[in-house]
Amino acid sequence: MGEIFVVVEHRQGEVRNITFEMLFKAGELCKSLDHKLTAILFEGKGQSFESEISMWADTVIVFEDERFRDFDADTCKEIINSLIKQHRPFITLIGHTSWGIDLAPALSVKSGYPIATDCVDIMVEGISPKVIRQMYGGKVFCRVSFKESDGYLITVRPGAFIPAEGAADRQADVIRMDIASDPGAPKKDFVEFVDTGAGELDISQAEFLVSIGRGIGEKENIEAIKELADTMGGTLSCSRPIVDMNWLPKYHQVGTSGKSVRPKVYLALGISGAFQHVAGISGAQTVIAVNKDKKAPIFRVSDYGVVDDLFIIADALKEKLKR
Amino acid sequence: MNIVVCIKRVPMTQEVDLEIDGDNKGVNKDLLAYVMNDWDNYAVEEAVLLKEEFGGDVTVITVGSEDDEEILRRAMAMGADRSIRIDPGDRVLDSYVVSRILAEVIKGIEYDLVLTGVQADDDNCGSVGIMLAEHLGLAHAAVVTGVQAEGNRATIRTELEGGIDEVSKIRFPALLSIQTGINEPRYVSVIGIKKAKKKELEVIGLEGLALSEEELSPRTAIEELYLPPETESAVILEGDPSKVADEIIRILTERGVNI
Ligand SMILES: Cc1cc2nc3c(=O)[nH]c(=O)nc-3n(C[C@H](O)[C@H](O)[C@H](O)COP(=O)(O)OP(=O)(O)OC[C@H]3O[C@@H](n4cnc5c(N)ncnc54)[C@H](O)[C@@H]3O)c2cc1C
Ligand SMILES: Nc1ncnc2c1ncn2[C@@H]1O[C@H](COP(=O)(O)O)[C@@H](O)[C@H]1O
Repeated sequence: MGEIFVVVEHRQGEVRNITFEMLFKAGELCKSLDHKLTAILFEGKGQSFESEISMWADTVIVFEDERFRDFDADTCKEIINSLIKQHRPFITLIGHTSWGIDLAPALSVKSGYPIATDCVDIMVEGISPKVIRQMYGGKVFCRVSFKESDGYLITVRPGAFIPAEGAADRQADVIRMDIASDPGAPKKDFVEFVDTGAGELDISQAEFLVSIGRGIGEKENIEAIKELADTMGGTLSCSRPIVDMNWLPKYHQVGTSGKSVRPKVYLALGISGAFQHVAGISGAQTVIAVNKDKKAPIFRVSDYGVVDDLFIIADALKEKLKR
Repeated sequence: MNIVVCIKRVPMTQEVDLEIDGDNKGVNKDLLAYVMNDWDNYAVEEAVLLKEEFGGDVTVITVGSEDDEEILRRAMAMGADRSIRIDPGDRVLDSYVVSRILAEVIKGIEYDLVLTGVQADDDNCGSVGIMLAEHLGLAHAAVVTGVQAEGNRATIRTELEGGIDEVSKIRFPALLSIQTGINEPRYVSVIGIKKAKKKELEVIGLEGLALSEEELSPRTAIEELYLPPETESAVILEGDPSKVADEIIRILTERGVNI
């Protein structure tokens, strides 16, 4: 019987959703392959996340050390690598998150196991897995195979697998392990967390968001959309490049590294729909996208689409509202 | 402080109707315009800012073809001192092979910091940087949004999800994968790029590198590229702009938005 590893991710005292998404997918794979599901948990002293994980796995291996309260990529890499050497897991799942992208590629080199990153689906045909991932900001899908190996590493896109009701039907043995050899001083010392998203406006509470992306072209064009938003009683928000270029303050940003929003309507103007952006609008009731590229990925997550220049539509809306 | 920056030239695909090539392994790139990967542009700027503050020199490197030299010149116009292009010939590359090649060349350079972008805009892998760190045995951090160097270490900010940054201290030599928005990349003029032609651009072939066939063989392979299924798409509002505007207003009202 083979084994699938899932590396648990938590932050500031909470197990993150990506963990359950991976456990769910791994559970499905384990059922069809008759494999055993092992969750690997690194936690700070006194944190006991194993109770939340145990119904999702057959085994939870816990390493407790203060350095794991806020994640330490190097130490985690060393430990997972030695577990990989002992267990030879068929697949190891790690989140495609800021945490995971600092860990997984290094672990791949260290362990010699091939890696595919940011995967949205995993299939097993024959003796090796295949994955689906996206390229060009989601415009193209791609099926990837691996060079033959004992095991494979896969980083999983947040939101790709949504746990089904009742899927947590296992009962894990919890094994607490010591960090075998002295891992040495961490190469990076944690100092603190800083909240960069706070500001005078809270877009997460807005009922109607008028959101702009790089399609706005110039900073000067923002004013016209701001006016439109004001006349429509909407709140202005934006994609990341607008904040990167300092055209709007950070608290306007929607997405994984900005805010998650849940308006009644989200009107996206000139936004392509990269996953880091659309992850922030999954709570929107209705999404309307205006984009001049009919193949823009944003249309795949929108209820309504307009294939046109955003300025033409903005002008037409203004014209109507004047009357 | 000596800094190496890894950069990649990528096609601009945002507004293009991409076509899949005949063999289903790539997209048709004939009509595409190319630029320096956005993340790498920020990485080059960060290196140049650090050099302006602390001295030292900046080397930019790409694994790519002759056409890709245009981004090396651009980076030198931004202030990098010299550049290296490693020509992979017609070998098939993946993140592992690219990182392995880069490591072999960077090994021979004196550096305190290696910078990469978080991800490339074409393959969206986000893996070459941290793989490279492991080949070189370096301390590393991903998704970096701030670097404050002091002596042989730096206080850095890395971006986590949900608008949270983590502040930490890292010792040199280290590798940082740079996130967009960390700085404001400077403007480069055509004249600036012309002048940069005087700076050194070294071209290396794979023959000169001590890499085995095993190290040069990809660990992942693209089996097939395909366009997303049409069925997932939105209801398209058709008609002239005035009619579309009416529709949008109707939807807003229907969904209970007061306008
Ligand atoms: C770790 C990480 C975290 C990230 N976090 C976030 C995040 O929180 N939020 C976020 O948004 N991004 C985030 N990103 C960036 C994300 O990957 C994309 O790069 C970004 O979302 C693209 O923004 P955009 O759609 O505005 O720009 P582009 O992708 O450049 O798209 C512009 C769109 O505008 C259209 N367009 C151009 N002109 C017009 C016009 N006149 N009329 C109509 N349409 C037009 C184009 O067709 C195109 O589709 C993150 C990336 C990483 C690596
Ligand atoms: N061919 C290449 N040459 C030099 N650097 C590269 C190359 N491919 C990727 N990189 C670097 O690795 C980063 C991440 O790329 P990727 O892992 O492909 O998403 C990029 O931002 C570059 O800094």
